[in-house]
Amino acid sequence: MNLKSTLTALAVAAGLTLPGAASAEKVKMGVSIPAATHGWAGGLNWHAQEAKTRLEAAYPDLEVVLVTANNPTEQANALEDLVSVHQIDALVILPFESEPLTGPVLNVKESGAFITVVDRGLSQDGIEDVYVAGNNPELGRVSGEYIKSRLPDGGDIVVLRGIPTVIDDERVEAFEAEIEGSGINVLDMKHANWNRDDGFTVMQDFLSRFPKIDAVWAQDDDIALGVIEAVKQAGREDELFIVGGAGMKDVIKRVMDGDELVPVDVLYPPAMIATAMDVTALKFFSNAPVQGRYVLGAPLITPENAKDFYFPDSPF
Amino acid sequence: MTDQTTSARPASGGFSIDFKAWGPLLALAALCIFGFILNPAFASEGNISNILTRSAFIGVIAVGATFVITAGGIDLSVGSMAAFISGVMIMVMNGLVETMGVSVATILVGVGLSVFLGAMAGLANGLLTTRGKIEAFIVTLGTMGIYRSLVTYLADGGTLSLNFDLRSLYRPVYYGEVLFVPVPVLVLAIVAILGWVLLNRTAFGRHCVAIGSSESVARYSAVKINRVKTLTYVIQGLCVSLATIIYVPRLGSASSQTGVMWELEAIAAVIIGGTVLKGGYGRIGGTVVGAIMLTTIGNILNLTDLISNYLNGAVQGVIIIVAVWLQRGQWKRRGRSGDGG
Repeated sequence: MNLKSTLTALAVAAGLTLPGAASAEKVKMGVSIPAATHGWAGGLNWHAQEAKTRLEAAYPDLEVVLVTANNPTEQANALEDLVSVHQIDALVILPFESEPLTGPVLNVKESGAFITVVDRGLSQDGIEDVYVAGNNPELGRVSGEYIKSRLPDGGDIVVLRGIPTVIDDERVEAFEAEIEGSGINVLDMKHANWNRDDGFTVMQDFLSRFPKIDAVWAQDDDIALGVIEAVKQAGREDELFIVGGAGMKDVIKRVMDGDELVPVDVLYPPAMIATAMDVTALKFFSNAPVQGRYVLGAPLITPENAKDFYFPDSPF
Repeated sequence: MTDQTTSARPASGGFSIDFKAWGPLLALAALCIFGFILNPAFASEGNISNILTRSAFIGVIAVGATFVITAGGIDLSVGSMAAFISGVMIMVMNGLVETMGVSVATILVGVGLSVFLGAMAGLANGLLTTRGKIEAFIVTLGTMGIYRSLVTYLADGGTLSLNFDLRSLYRPVYYGEVLFVPVPVLVLAIVAILGWVLLNRTAFGRHCVAIGSSESVARYSAVKINRVKTLTYVIQGLCVSLATIIYVPRLGSASSQTGVMWELEAIAAVIIGGTVLKGGYGRIGGTVVGAIMLTTIGNILNLTDLISNYLNGAVQGVIIIVAVWLQRGQWKRRGRSGDGG
């Protein structure tokens, strides 16, 4: 009993004094991102961790609190903890979903924190101070543009879509708009869920179904890796080429090595979380104005520039 | 409860037993005809070979699941277990390349490790349910989460990829053929035959059925319940390990996405095949047909653009329910005796 109450008292004391003491001098940046449940999110986590280490070394007065969540509810809970327990001065968030997290982020803003939103926008305007966005329609457009340039006289292509979501729709709509009227014929589109195994099976079936395929838009590098195996198994490497997307190191390596089957990749970088964290840190440690929208490009990765996008240590 | 299971079978007579045996196969045949009508490419040699090869993972795992379910248990951890074992295999084989080089020996160490991990994981599930007296559902739900997190952790949330040269050497285990039969299909056939013999022609198989029908009756009959039940989980673990041994050379990688939902597909294959979910009756042949059916549904959906992609899950659901309904023969029984159900 005695010991227990002493411990409780200590814990309370620690809880009361430490954050107070720390927040008096240090700027606290909370970073809330989805857990590493698939390849791209794994890269996101790795880049967030790297940016945390780098920023804390660069700005001794900065403390970064990195929390991950498995679903929107968990992320909303994490936001409450960031405010009540850590008393953050700034929040960098990649929302799981726009709708359910708009309210919780608004609550964080009302606590006085500076808000940076990454990748997926909130469903209400004016909450965030900084918005760093990847460009999904641009990814679709750039992919379409490249396929068009390779098939100037038109041709037959297949498309492997991701998980049925807004992100997937935006990419596919922009892609379709870009190739419209170019004589390129989409034989069929199927969902491969941004997954290697699904990419493999869907492509196997496309190959048994269509005797002539000139190009594959896999949209995502995980899918692309599955597609590559299916194409190799069927021995049809020479008749087509594959365009993925995201910038996974294995695929960028192939582009760098001049692989004919995977001639290019389109960037949708998980490192955008680092962009957001850097911009947010500038707000506190420089005079540079940072408020606004930052829309990242979706550049075409070719053998010439591939080395700029190659991070061999990243898990993605 | 006990009386019902034992008396229901003789009462249902010749017709239903025929349907238990032939129902899954008839459903599969109907599905194949449907597939052929939608797209003649369905019947091409390449496509049939693709379907059978793809069925091998779920098929092999489902043969193990037939034992677990027949003995009245359930194993939800198989998908995560497959992912975890694949991940560890890949990491260890990559590590051994430096000392042992790109050699068959390196692959054999990986394969041996996979068998060991599978057996141990199965043993853990088995002992926790029997000695630990925790419901199989909870034990395997727990281990499912554990293995899934472990593989995510090992891969840093990304993907573990097998050394490129090693993969070229290992590749034939998935892509190779023996006498025109793809290796995975051969593995599935051998596992199915061994499983059939074990379930139908040995004391162990009879004990599984007895325990599934009624644990207390089996106990009075001096069946070593804990030992038999634990063994069913070990068999399940070994089947998972075998599935990973043929899975890893396919794409040479493992990630947190590997084997997601395999547990449900395996259980569905077992039930479509005629095994009773509450135990006491198992059919290996039916299980294999069930696994092939599940793969075939996905394949047919990919071969046509008649059905919206968003409805794939609904089509799968309807076919699974109809298949089991046909196989149970309830529609026949109602015709004969009015209120048969």
